[in-house]
Amino acid sequence: MSSFSILVGKLVRSASKLRGGGSALPGLVVEKIDPDFIRRTLADLPLGVAVVSGTNGKTTTTKMVVELLESQGLKVFTNRTGSNFTRGVAAALLGEVSLRGRLDADIAVLELDEAHAVHFVKLIQPRYSLLLNVLRDQLDRFGEIDKTTRLLEQIARATTETVVLNREDPRVAGIAESLTGQRAVYFGLDASLRSTFPNDDEMRGSLAEALAATQEADVVLERVSETEADFLIDGQVRTSGLKLRGVYNIFNAAAALAFARTIKGGDLDSDALFEALANVEPAFGRGESLTVNGQPLELVLVKNPSGFRLGLKSFAAHGYSTMIAINDNYADGRDMSWLWDVDFESLAEGGVDVVSGVRAYDMALRLKYDDVPVRTIEPDITDGLKRFIKDSPGVPMRIFCTYTAMLAVRRELSKITKVEVVS
Amino acid sequence: MTEDRTIKILQLYPREMNIYGDWGNVLVLKQRLKWYGYTPVVEEYNAGDEFPTDVDIIVGGGGQDSGQVVIQQDLQQLAPTLQGLAEDGLPMLVICGLYQLFGRFFRTHEGALIPGIGILDMETHGGDVRLIGNVLSVSEEFGEIHGYENHSGQTFLGPGVKPLAEIRKGEGNNTKDSTEGARYKNVVASYLHGSLLPKNPAIADFLIEKAAIRKFGSFSPVSRSEADLAELSKLSEMARQHAGQRPR
Repeated sequence: MSSFSILVGKLVRSASKLRGGGSALPGLVVEKIDPDFIRRTLADLPLGVAVVSGTNGKTTTTKMVVELLESQGLKVFTNRTGSNFTRGVAAALLGEVSLRGRLDADIAVLELDEAHAVHFVKLIQPRYSLLLNVLRDQLDRFGEIDKTTRLLEQIARATTETVVLNREDPRVAGIAESLTGQRAVYFGLDASLRSTFPNDDEMRGSLAEALAATQEADVVLERVSETEADFLIDGQVRTSGLKLRGVYNIFNAAAALAFARTIKGGDLDSDALFEALANVEPAFGRGESLTVNGQPLELVLVKNPSGFRLGLKSFAAHGYSTMIAINDNYADGRDMSWLWDVDFESLAEGGVDVVSGVRAYDMALRLKYDDVPVRTIEPDITDGLKRFIKDSPGVPMRIFCTYTAMLAVRRELSKITKVEVVS
Repeated sequence: MTEDRTIKILQLYPREMNIYGDWGNVLVLKQRLKWYGYTPVVEEYNAGDEFPTDVDIIVGGGGQDSGQVVIQQDLQQLAPTLQGLAEDGLPMLVICGLYQLFGRFFRTHEGALIPGIGILDMETHGGDVRLIGNVLSVSEEFGEIHGYENHSGQTFLGPGVKPLAEIRKGEGNNTKDSTEGARYKNVVASYLHGSLLPKNPAIADFLIEKAAIRKFGSFSPVSRSEADLAELSKLSEMARQHAGQRPR
């Protein structure tokens, strides 16, 4: 039975690849004909399953964790971007298992969407989980962020050994109280950086009351600059160069370090770990830099107010042309309210060159109320992007975009430049 | 001596009740006041603060159910002050969570009773479905109103208030009738965030006009920026058109 379903799955996978799409379809087929496929395949991994979840930064953090563990000589199976649902995991497995169902790996590190993770962990209990944050994201799916917290709590409680938690996010840190025997490990920020990473409760002023984190953290991010960061580990400060851009990615680097240290345990090659960290490239669309007409073009994915605020803070507007593309498709979230919780004043001086996407006019209205000049409003992303590139000769470009807007931008860009293909 | 044209906007409980872009409503009032030649002052009121005496417009937003629990005791203490101001014609905009608490009570799905402050003759019952999505409603007073709803409480209006609008797309107050929001004196209450005021400037101007009349006896805009206002009305009209075509 197993080799039959794997063969069918692999065939569907090749076929759908030829058609150029549908990364989850083969997973769906295998789920139908062989529901036990994922559990059975992952059950024998010597280090078990490690899950990464949270509202923001899953993709980049998972990528970092994988590369950090690989630096320690581990063979890691992971689900790459695109479909982090159960069937996405099944589809990714199909690409790597032998026909006899064997997966040649020491550990599986899986990025899981909060809601889907809850189903997944019922099927397969992770040995380790990393819970990043609970930001005001996808409220049109979850209703309330307290609900999202409860989803993460279920992942934590299904974990068999260790849960790694963000000490600075009160909702995530609070999950420690609901643990039922799992060990809690924290990653955190130095006090001097806390105001740089406002959580949702601090979005409106009241930073004076910023929480004083009390838990001892395994990894603390101490300092961030454009190209490097200091991490406090085992009482020592370690400086690392970084290819990742954006302060949120660098905080997630602290998360990934804490997770990798937890998984690897005692016999860690610290130099190899930091060498790997310094070489991690951003995941697609997450501070990714492409070249168009000889100029750098950066894509910054924005999905919620905290992320957009951090994006604006991380990437100085000076010297760049700016485009913002906002869609409200299901995968972006249909609710546009969050745009009003982002402060756009940092764009006022240079203005925004093109505002695009389905909700271009909502965005333009938002900018107008912050006195940010907008040069062109073009809801059609293809036309907007053409205009943006044409009007930015000799100037580096930056595009802030929601998820489906990013996919559209990448599709257009792939016609004029080389864009990484994510399978 | 120069004429006093100060209008003070107070945001209620921004720490607990500000989850769906409610700041946008404050920002819109602030900027439009400025463009009409008034001097806006924005203050925040959080639980335990001293309530300012010279408020002209009050804005209250949405929060999580847990946020409502945190503020409820403080809000009860504030009830006589807010009731007095509402009766006196102070313009107020209350959205979602604070809309619910401006009614008589919110009975949660689990049966707990969260008392409201009774400015609005209405009651809210926790439901087992969450009403989420784009909303288009129509009001005699303000025309089409566009926004987004996300609530599990269902609100039923009593005879002492009028609905703000009739639902065309979405659910509004509840799944039983087609009303959305509530109107009483100069209080505008609604489930719609979005934020509400940017795409529905008629409501913003209503609040501003009432505030000016209450404070100075008349509304006399001295527009400092016709161009800004013209551009804004164009942008909000386009944003409304696009919003109106989006799926629920």
